[in-house]
Amino acid sequence: MLQGISNEAFVLGCSAIGAGLAMIAGLGPGIGQGIAAGKGTEAVGRQPEAQGDITRTMLLGQAVAETTGIYSLLVAIILLFVQPLLSAL
Amino acid sequence: MEIFITLGDKEIFIPDSIVNFVFIALFIVIFSAIVNKKAKNTNPDDVPSGFLNVVEMLIETINNLVRSTMGEHNMKFAPYILTIFVLILCSNLYGLLGFTSPTSDYSVTLALALATFVIVQVTGVRSAGGLFKYLKGFTEPNFLLTPLNVIGELANPVSLSFRLFGNILSGGLIMTLLYALFGYLAPVLAPPFHIYFDIFSGGLQAFIFTMLTMVFIGGATEA
Repeated sequence: MLQGISNEAFVLGCSAIGAGLAMIAGLGPGIGQGIAAGKGTEAVGRQPEAQGDITRTMLLGQAVAETTGIYSLLVAIILLFVQPLLSAL
Repeated sequence: MEIFITLGDKEIFIPDSIVNFVFIALFIVIFSAIVNKKAKNTNPDDVPSGFLNVVEMLIETINNLVRSTMGEHNMKFAPYILTIFVLILCSNLYGLLGFTSPTSDYSVTLALALATFVIVQVTGVRSAGGLFKYLKGFTEPNFLLTPLNVIGELANPVSLSFRLFGNILSGGLIMTLLYALFGYLAPVLAPPFHIYFDIFSGGLQAFIFTMLTMVFIGGATEA
């Protein structure tokens, strides 16, 4: 099966698979941000007058929780566009 | 527009993102000069009208935000906060004009994050009362935790810059893919995605960058 594939094509294909696998990390921030948004909605329902403060705190927490997702996105982007493994060949 | 500078036999390449960023900065400087002139010529007792009203509302909002997040004694940082907010917001919205956003270049976001990092460190040294006392703060609560504290401090600018960079770059990439997908239907189908990726996401990321800057500087003055 692998006989007709050049080294470059193999590395490029594996890089694409690696980029896809890296984006699995997007699950975590998604769940975390959803929980934060749900709790924020609950808090606004309980205390509507503090909506500004609650929204601000929620967005800040979500931004920090997003960091791991952004790191995985960067790994995927580097694998796809910078292609460091190809130059190591 | 890229710029090539030839110095002797060396060629220096300046990417379009940095040229655009300088362009935006110049635009904001000229805008501020015009606002300054207008504000000086009006009677302070009058009700502000039109254009000045908007600027005053923006400044009032930022002042209130700084007061509630960082406290009354940190009001001297309000101009810096407003500056980076407007700068990042304009850079993010620049993608709407058909250019690549300057913030989708890592050198721009790293420069912005390093500016915040330097301010945080200088305020930290000042509020601790001397460099030695500030460095001693890293050994608390136990000297075994010093490496963790140092890494935690250095991770702030990295995560701050990567967050902005990753969000804007991924927005631009997804827009490019969508344009390829839509083909001739792009003028009809693309605008809703521009609203999300450029206006909503760009505004939110500008707000979050300034918010985290305020939290970091506020934390440095308390310690």
